[in-house]
Amino acid sequence: MDTWAVDLANTGAVYPWQGSELIMVIIAVALWILWHICQLREEKAEYAEDIKKYGSKESIKKALDDHPV
Amino acid sequence: MGNNLDALTTVFTEFYYWVTVVIMFLIHVGFCMYEVGASRRRNHMHTLMKNTMLIPLVTITFFFFGWWIYWAFPNGPFITGGLNLEAGAANLPTSETMATNLGDRISGVFWAAFLLFSWTAASIVSGAVIERIRSGAFWIIAVMIGSVTWIIDAAWGWHPEGWMVKLLGYHDAYASGVIHGIAGGTALGVLVVLGPRLGRFKADGTPRVFVPHNPWLVTIGLFLIYTGFWGFYAACNVPIISPEAIGGQITGETWTATTIYLTPTTLGAITVNFLMSLSGGLMVAYLISKGDAFWTYSGGLAGIITASAGNDLYHPIQAFIIGGVGIWIAYYLHYWVEKTFKIDDAVGAVAVHGYAGFIGLVIAGFVLWGYPSSPYEGYAAVNPLGNTIGAVIMFFVLGFVPAWVVSKILDGAGLLRVPREVELMGLDFKTLHEEEQARDDVRAAEKALV
Repeated sequence: MDTWAVDLANTGAVYPWQGSELIMVIIAVALWILWHICQLREEKAEYAEDIKKYGSKESIKKALDDHPV
Repeated sequence: MGNNLDALTTVFTEFYYWVTVVIMFLIHVGFCMYEVGASRRRNHMHTLMKNTMLIPLVTITFFFFGWWIYWAFPNGPFITGGLNLEAGAANLPTSETMATNLGDRISGVFWAAFLLFSWTAASIVSGAVIERIRSGAFWIIAVMIGSVTWIIDAAWGWHPEGWMVKLLGYHDAYASGVIHGIAGGTALGVLVVLGPRLGRFKADGTPRVFVPHNPWLVTIGLFLIYTGFWGFYAACNVPIISPEAIGGQITGETWTATTIYLTPTTLGAITVNFLMSLSGGLMVAYLISKGDAFWTYSGGLAGIITASAGNDLYHPIQAFIIGGVGIWIAYYLHYWVEKTFKIDDAVGAVAVHGYAGFIGLVIAGFVLWGYPSSPYEGYAAVNPLGNTIGAVIMFFVLGFVPAWVVSKILDGAGLLRVPREVELMGLDFKTLHEEEQARDDVRAAEKALV
């Protein structure tokens, strides 16, 4: 858009980069899938680390005492 | 917009749906409060974030493909016709009308109203699985129900040209089945694979009560869900339309509000029936639960859900009685299923949404037997068999089965359930531990200043 001197009755899409919708959608879908992959990996690694650090029976019993129901 | 009346109608419709979206946001606030209140202290933040992050994930996927499914799938496809690519094209993420477009004021708000239904469907499942599901697994299931399965059921049974409406006479005006039935079925499908929380059942199989840590948060959450439900009901309507625009069998020139099927109704009718079915649910739930707050509030919700399929047409007394019958059955079914199959539904979501939604559809088939399901010629009339088949499709075919399959795959990949040690420590253990260390640091620093 380079002017608002238009008849709104004949005006449709006004967003930038018209014609590039498919490319934008492909990028967004790729980002969405990548997000899931990163999140699943992070979650798995985090739980593995938690178990390594705090997963002994004594630690778990202490956690249950410190943070009861 | 051809003339001033068209312009006024369009702007009114745009604003109407926008308001429903804002009100429906409260459903999600309510679900978050409810779940956090029902969880134990050591699982708060995990519970909250699990439900919160479904918002962006369902939103973007509903934009990518969910909305297209609604417009492309009413015929099945291949039941009453093929994929409706023409209608679907205008609702693809690449379509100009899905973006900032001064020539289309309705697509955006209509999309958003449906999106809020999607969040609700996923959020219902969220509560059932708290305190042991991995967030990553839940979010995949949330995308499945929020942007795929529920919107397929909407295309089939909640669309003026849906094949279930045409062939079965399926009638579900305020989503007993298309939202609540499928969400309850999905929750059950996940729960069967996920299993109960550690310690939930004794060795002899009797359940232990995991007391909600904050009953106030639970009840206020449910109050907010009630509030958001008003927006949900309004969003299920087309607010104003002329018989000419409908193009069906309605004669004359009287404009009206309609259901999603374009059958006439009024906001007044559904407001009274909403309140009467809420009342029926609350009163019966209070009696059968002996005044238990959790079940009384949930009973009000179940009352509305049971009557929702036919609340566009019921007499208020019918809505009242149906609401009460729904929670009565759902309550006893919940405890029978829990005891028999060791299903740990932390918030009663399968009962309140799934069983009540299913029962509501069956009842609507009988009470509205013979009513036209559509303003168009050639559609089957509402009937008990059609609505019961519809209930099975919602709860089992599109609810339970896909959830069970996806959960099995996630479980097989070791991604469904948090490790046993972490579940016992609490899902917020690391955060709580770090907070405690931070407090100790500050305390030590302050003491050094004395």
